[in-house]
Amino acid sequence: MNTVIIQYNAGNIQSVLYALERLGVSAIVTDNVEAIQAADKVIFPGVGEASTAMHYLKERGLDQVIKNLKQPVFGICLGMQLMCAYSEENDTTCLGIFEEQVKAFNPTEATIKVPQIGWNTISGLKSDLFKGVNEESYTYFVHGYYAALGNHTIATTNYVQPYSSALHKGNFYGVQFHPEKSAKVGEQIIQNFLNL
Amino acid sequence: MLTKRIIPCLDIKDGRTVKGINFEQIRDAGDPIELGALYAEQGADELVFLDITATVEKRKTLSELVNKIAHRINIPFTVGGGIKTEEDVSILLQNGADKISVNTAAFLDPTIINRFAKNFGSQCVVLAIDAKCEEDNNWYVYLNGGRKKTDKLVTDWAKEAVDLGVGEILLTSMNHDGTKQGFALDITAQLAETLSVPIIASGGGGNEQHFYDVFTKGKADAALAASIFHYKEVAIPDLKQYLHNKGIAIRL
Repeated sequence: MNTVIIQYNAGNIQSVLYALERLGVSAIVTDNVEAIQAADKVIFPGVGEASTAMHYLKERGLDQVIKNLKQPVFGICLGMQLMCAYSEENDTTCLGIFEEQVKAFNPTEATIKVPQIGWNTISGLKSDLFKGVNEESYTYFVHGYYAALGNHTIATTNYVQPYSSALHKGNFYGVQFHPEKSAKVGEQIIQNFLNL
Repeated sequence: MLTKRIIPCLDIKDGRTVKGINFEQIRDAGDPIELGALYAEQGADELVFLDITATVEKRKTLSELVNKIAHRINIPFTVGGGIKTEEDVSILLQNGADKISVNTAAFLDPTIINRFAKNFGSQCVVLAIDAKCEEDNNWYVYLNGGRKKTDKLVTDWAKEAVDLGVGEILLTSMNHDGTKQGFALDITAQLAETLSVPIIASGGGGNEQHFYDVFTKGKADAALAASIFHYKEVAIPDLKQYLHNKGIAIRL
């Protein structure tokens, strides 16, 4: 199997690569269009800022490439947010794969910190991405923006309010948390994606 | 619900864990990768690696070590110790660190917080503050591993740093560190209640009750400890079960 991690100006690419290695999978990190299109599985990682990342993808035509992929695609954190329609983070039009909107956490209580950093539960789990994963499993989150609940929600997490911690539409999957940093649960989810 | 975090801290010198002791489960407790992996297995929520090496080869040995840790460990980890430049941060993040922590260098030149946050994101910039309560009952910032006093109040420095873009604050009470008599609840709560970023409490954790207190009375988001885990005085699975039983949101 040929797994590609899309290279762009975002962090955590190494962590995803190492997580795959721990599962015995060697992936290629590339921004080469042919290599991405020819892959069996595509991972779209990301820690960073939405408008800068979208700008980078557009400059290289990667926005069109990603949208039109037919094989399973797995967006992580910012990657998932960029697959949504729009992000409030610097007023950014995103890829529009999922219709869901990305909004800023806006807590009314001063004791609720933004960004959310740490382990939170995922529930209402749907799709094969969560095969063998228990309801209320803990995964690791670091984010100040969230995807609202919508038709494509396949996991829900509660922070300030319930939001989409995973989305799925056709061949596209996205998770807000970091499976590559979410201990055994995260490994199971990555393995499930590779098994799709 | 977002959980409270338990964070073991490993001091590293020349690529080896300082105060590494005898663990039956692992071959080499002096190996930070082995020890870190054991803690991850036991349910640690994150790890902190603090490099206290003072040699010129430090940067290279640390980045190599970080790379090996990142290959092995499946939970987030922070690296600190002598980080001063964007290049330092970039190398550590590229090798797989999730966050970096800064202390003295940031105090001497607060603009580095701003620059690091802009370039790498606030979420990966942790400010470590060594704090000491003086006879006037005020908490002051100390530098150089607690050897140098400043006239700056901890509350003022923490607030400034948050405005500059730090993503988390790791607060160590020098009064409590090593005492095993409990965390500094008052100053921890004061920061946790007034700042918009998570507070990691450090120094003084000696038993399970102390962790309960720092999460309830101290309002801490996370608690860090070193020797009690290294010396197996408190086992992470027992500690987490205890906190869970007492109604604290914790990952089991």
